[in-house]
Amino acid sequence: MQTLNSILFGWYPYLCLTVFLLGSLLRYEREQYTWRSGSSQLLRRRQLVLGSNLFHIGILTIFAGHFVGLLTPIQVFDALGISHGFKQGMAIVIGGLAGLVCLVGITLLTHRRLYDPRIRATSSFADTAILLMLFAQLVLGLLTIFVSLGHLDGHEMTKFMSWAQGILVLQPGAADFVADVNPLFKLHLLLGMTIFLVFPFTRLVHVWSAPVWYLGRKGYQVVRTTRTLPQSGTRPVQPAE
Amino acid sequence: MSHFLDRLSFFSRQQEEFADGHGIVTTESRAWEDGYRKRWQHDKIARSTHGVNCTGSCSWKVYVKGGIVTWETQQTDYPRTRPDLPNHEPRGCARGASYSWYLYSGNRVKYPLVRSRLLKLWREARQSLPPVAAWKSIVEDPQKRASYVTKRGQGGFVRGTWDEVNELVAAANAYTAKTWGPDRIFGFSPIPAMSMVSYAAGSRYLSLMGGVCMSFYDWYCDLPPASPMTWGEQTDVPESADWYNSGFLILWGSNVPQTRTPDAHFYTEVRYKGAKSVVICPDYSEASKFADMWISVKQGTDAALAMAMGHVILKEFYVDRQVPYFVDYARRYTDMPMLVRLAKQDGRYVPERLLRASDFDTKLGEANNPDWKTVAYDDASGSLVAPNGSVGFRWGEQGKWNLEERAAGGETKLRLSLAEHHDGMAEVAFPYFGNREHDHFKGTDHPDVLLRNVPVKTLALADGETKVATVYDLFLANYGVDRGFGGGNVAKDYAENVPYTPGWCERISGVPRAQVETVAREFARNAEKTNGRSMIIVGAAMNHWFHMDMNYRGVINMLVMCGCIGQSGGGWSHYVGQEKLRPQSGWLPLAFGLDWGRPPRQQNSTSCWYAHTDQWRYETLDVKEILSPTAPAGPWDGALIDYNVRAERMGWLPSAPQLKQNPLTIAQKAAAADMEPKDYVAQALKSGELQMSCEDPDAPENWPRNLFVWRSNLLGSSGKGHEYFLKHLLGTQNGVLGKDLGHIGGQKPQDVAWREEAPEGKLDLLVTLDFRMSTTCVYSDVVLPTATWYEKNDLNTSDMHPFIHPLSAAVDPAWEARSDWEIYKGLARAFSTVAPEVLGVEKDVVLTPILHDTPAEIAQALDVKDWKRGECEPVPGRTMPSVTVVERDYPNLYKRFTSLGPLMDKIGNGGKGMAWNTQHEVEVLKGLNGVVGEPGPTEGLARIESDIDACEVILSLAPETNGEVAVKAWESLGKATGRDHTHLAIPKEDEKIRYRDVVAQPRKIISSPIWSGLESEKVCYNAGYTNVHELIPWRTLTGRQQLYQDHLWMRAFGEGFCVYRPPIDTRAVKPVIDSKPNGEKQIVLNFITPHQKWGIHSTYTDNLLMLTLSRGGPIVWISEVDARRAGIADNDWIEAYNVNGALVARAVVSQRVKEGMCMMYHAQEKIVNVPGSQMTGKRGGIHNSVTRAVLKPTHMIGGYAQQSYGFNYYGTVGSNRDEFVVIRRLSEVDWLDRPATDQPSELNSAPRMEAAE
Repeated sequence: MQTLNSILFGWYPYLCLTVFLLGSLLRYEREQYTWRSGSSQLLRRRQLVLGSNLFHIGILTIFAGHFVGLLTPIQVFDALGISHGFKQGMAIVIGGLAGLVCLVGITLLTHRRLYDPRIRATSSFADTAILLMLFAQLVLGLLTIFVSLGHLDGHEMTKFMSWAQGILVLQPGAADFVADVNPLFKLHLLLGMTIFLVFPFTRLVHVWSAPVWYLGRKGYQVVRTTRTLPQSGTRPVQPAE
Repeated sequence: MSHFLDRLSFFSRQQEEFADGHGIVTTESRAWEDGYRKRWQHDKIARSTHGVNCTGSCSWKVYVKGGIVTWETQQTDYPRTRPDLPNHEPRGCARGASYSWYLYSGNRVKYPLVRSRLLKLWREARQSLPPVAAWKSIVEDPQKRASYVTKRGQGGFVRGTWDEVNELVAAANAYTAKTWGPDRIFGFSPIPAMSMVSYAAGSRYLSLMGGVCMSFYDWYCDLPPASPMTWGEQTDVPESADWYNSGFLILWGSNVPQTRTPDAHFYTEVRYKGAKSVVICPDYSEASKFADMWISVKQGTDAALAMAMGHVILKEFYVDRQVPYFVDYARRYTDMPMLVRLAKQDGRYVPERLLRASDFDTKLGEANNPDWKTVAYDDASGSLVAPNGSVGFRWGEQGKWNLEERAAGGETKLRLSLAEHHDGMAEVAFPYFGNREHDHFKGTDHPDVLLRNVPVKTLALADGETKVATVYDLFLANYGVDRGFGGGNVAKDYAENVPYTPGWCERISGVPRAQVETVAREFARNAEKTNGRSMIIVGAAMNHWFHMDMNYRGVINMLVMCGCIGQSGGGWSHYVGQEKLRPQSGWLPLAFGLDWGRPPRQQNSTSCWYAHTDQWRYETLDVKEILSPTAPAGPWDGALIDYNVRAERMGWLPSAPQLKQNPLTIAQKAAAADMEPKDYVAQALKSGELQMSCEDPDAPENWPRNLFVWRSNLLGSSGKGHEYFLKHLLGTQNGVLGKDLGHIGGQKPQDVAWREEAPEGKLDLLVTLDFRMSTTCVYSDVVLPTATWYEKNDLNTSDMHPFIHPLSAAVDPAWEARSDWEIYKGLARAFSTVAPEVLGVEKDVVLTPILHDTPAEIAQALDVKDWKRGECEPVPGRTMPSVTVVERDYPNLYKRFTSLGPLMDKIGNGGKGMAWNTQHEVEVLKGLNGVVGEPGPTEGLARIESDIDACEVILSLAPETNGEVAVKAWESLGKATGRDHTHLAIPKEDEKIRYRDVVAQPRKIISSPIWSGLESEKVCYNAGYTNVHELIPWRTLTGRQQLYQDHLWMRAFGEGFCVYRPPIDTRAVKPVIDSKPNGEKQIVLNFITPHQKWGIHSTYTDNLLMLTLSRGGPIVWISEVDARRAGIADNDWIEAYNVNGALVARAVVSQRVKEGMCMMYHAQEKIVNVPGSQMTGKRGGIHNSVTRAVLKPTHMIGGYAQQSYGFNYYGTVGSNRDEFVVIRRLSEVDWLDRPATDQPSELNSAPRMEAAE
């Protein structure tokens, strides 16, 4: 069991992270034409608008919550005076709400993906598979709320935080933190890591290219030049081969 | 180097601001641009065009990448126009832009295909027999023949090899020529202008053999017979750039943005110059939205509108006051001053023929052709003169055939009217047809004959005292304009219900009379102010009616009254198909083998198909229905086809086949009788030893046996009476719903043999060349894969612009396709190998009708005499067809095909009555193309091996592309007119356009006397320009624009003058309307076939890109009102049927369609998304499944100056819009997804219909 736990939660995360990063990099370098969101809006707009927006709002909230919640060192919360229980409570409420929104959205999207003839005919295996994986992950995540409701002290959460942060700083034995958590959580972790593993092979690569820079853009007309601009000595970027 | 590292440079990117921070300059990576670069990179751009008969004639860039044609864009490098004129480019439309899809599509014909049953029989026979004998063994065995003939259209194609297929076809041709005669081998290909060499390939092959080349301009019903009648010219029209010079444009039955897409900008642009525009169209078409006024006329009643407008113009611009420009124009350029004899008939006067010099004892001093010189009064002296320019001056003398105001060597000014110089008034009878009863068109209750007062003079002529009037006075009387002469049937007020006031017109056409008055007045006023810059653009909507001549002459009258013809920015702009083959005279020798033998066999298709598809056996129109109440004494007996037969035997119309006996046997017979062939033929026809084929079209000896179709979709597009084609010509499953005259007890023809049962399956062999599997291909026995327009070299010109430009091969033909030139050259080679089995050097006796623009055209001056009725002797070239012996060297047909024959040196070249020598051009061609080196009959002659060689032949021989020839041509014309015209060409004498010149850029053609317009720095191409400005006569009887047609048959059928004639009743609905109810409501609508937006004819209608933009299959547009009545919702499946057949389509319900008519855009084929018809039990037909051809006797006239035969110049036409159909929803949609049965459909075997009441 110990070995299995180490493999699943000690070694497997590194496999997933490596494939996630290298895979994305390789795809960005070599398969630029495949690097797009693959929108099917042109084929069937109706169900998409509601489904996609609900899904994305939900999942972005969840993502932010996981990111902040898992990777922020516990000392920060302590310093801010946020108790573990309160943190868990927030996670349940906000996460639960966002999760429900996302669930409605992803249900619409899944129905569309599977039952609309045009969408079905033009969907690749990966399109459908990743959607179903996300669906399953979401359901798992929501189900863990019921588990969490059983212990509102927030202690379990710290285990996950330690594990996640431990993995990222290459701390040996990080897997031990989650050795005895509820199986639902373990499934959620495993499926989550698997999503990272398959990420570069799916449409999810569009996440890397979320146009966040647009929010702070300066000019409306963009002129791209190859001449050196006077301000600094750095030469302009030459086009890649 | 790395996309990722480029992104990391984000933070070190510099930026610079401009425009207050609204813009930034950055040094971020531009690598993404490579994506677009690669997308648009290409290895090569070739210049080509689309040979699809759209008149666009647009030059395109065809992009090739990795040996594949990837896309196309419009060329924008046309020569620039004048500073005050917009440029021509870019030319092109959505349809052309989708063409590259075809090259590699699923519908591409890739290999030679043969119907498997036929190929099996052939291979079997070839195991033991040589080729011709093998073919004979198949077609002379009724069972073998039927086994593949009855399967036409039912699939079963297999691949053959080129060698095998060429041998089969050649054997069939050789067998046919030997057994029945070479004139049983027909070829149908339209519109040479769109791909001149591709057309010429087939016509050259056929002509060298003695086969028949079939006409198309008349068959397509695009030929407006009014043009030859009025001007002696097939069709000559302004280029589209000349629209920009106009001040007032009427678009009358022409949907310019949709059908002249690349030209439409000149029209939209000229409005910004202040030009006013009126669009006359029953439905709210694409063009209607551009108009200042849209007139929604009742379809088919346009002549009424034109007559009413003419009435207003005459009253306000000729009677109430006289506009000097108009009057002068009428005097000098029209037949209006000419005198017309009036005959006493039933107690009243009827306009008879034009007065001739020969009517006088003195012949007015005219020794040459006095029969053909018209007469008028000289205004100054009051004496009678025969002014210059009439056809009598064209032949037999030189120097007086011009429009100088001269007669008999002195000056003259002709008198237009006898109003001030008459002996009295006469009551003249004019026929009126607007009172005819018709279920769907309103009439008025005026009498059949309208009597009007006309000022006359009484003359002492050679045959007694005769009253005469001028055309002008009769013309005004015909329009019902009150000139104060008293008497009835003339109107002072436009509201009066008198033909042809605007008030009368409103009752017929539904157009409010105020609109009529406004338009007529402003049209004329503009012409007055600008000396003729008012233009009328007309098209198929006006021409595809049985009485199209009236529509057209009504419009032409308006233009002539206002002096618009021949003035830049004004005139008659009739745009239909791509007719104008600008280098025509350079192309004719190539296309018809005139370098080896003359004359070729050319046939007018309408009459030909009418006879050979047995549509004549179903004719419902009685000749009496169209006869004039003022017709001269007859007898006017017989059926429509009888008139055609009479016309053929009198030498007016061509025949195919010609004689029941094989023309290869006639010369021997003549030699045996020790007579000249032409004398022998005349005598034998009289005695009955020889018979003309037209008298018994159903006899097997007189069937067409082999048919080649190329560059055409005869069975999917132009074939009116589609179901009759399938039944009788092809002998396969069909949807004919009616019964023939024998079965319903109708009146049978007199001069044509009637067989109880009509033959089915006359053709032994149908061969089609195409790049896509069209409907015609589906019904053929052999399908040959031809090159697309991006895979061959050729030339293209159009009516719409003055350029000549090429097709050129961007890639080699894909799969096993070959260019038309290579295919026919291959056939010629196979034929030369196969033919010696049965043929050697033969003498072929060729019959030709009396031809326009030849001295023979003045054949029958004063009356019509039929030798068969004993009224005269049969004299070849005068009262019967000409007879010529042509040598056919069959074993050397290939050698002749590939070299320029000696007749160019010996006889020279010419056209339209002009002739010039071509020795220098032949020398040049020998240098350009090389000479034949092989010893033999063609050694030393210029070669014509490749398609480019063929292009050079055309370009070198034509005045339009060879300045030297242009000068010679103008010199030739100058001899006849006695005036010097060479100043028009001398500046360009050294210019020689070669093939590679036009590959580099489209070139403007050189002004040539073949055409009546000029191309220069000062003026756009405008038709009639040289007639008006160079005083060259129109090639008519009077030499002028002829508004009065005096031939006996014109008068007999009421068309001496233009009058309103309602659409005919084809009686196609009543016999079948309730014969097979399906539970749905039915409505009866006029079946109109305009030209579509998402295709050009039938091309592009199977192109996925165009289908996506359209509805994906055949459609019929109906009005909301009619749809509601029949319970039809938009996109419902419907069928349309009448006695001719049935078609199935989806309904498009739209408020822009006029109630009472439906529009099925031509032509949507039956190969994509067509279910079965509940009426016929078969797959739904094409738009021509509910139409059929109907002939008009006036189109058969010959031997009479401008009314003489010319290939595509004159002849019967295939009108179809008088048809009505029953429309109803399908109660069930059956896609017929099961094998077609062997049994003939139950619909065709048992008698179905009761005889019509």
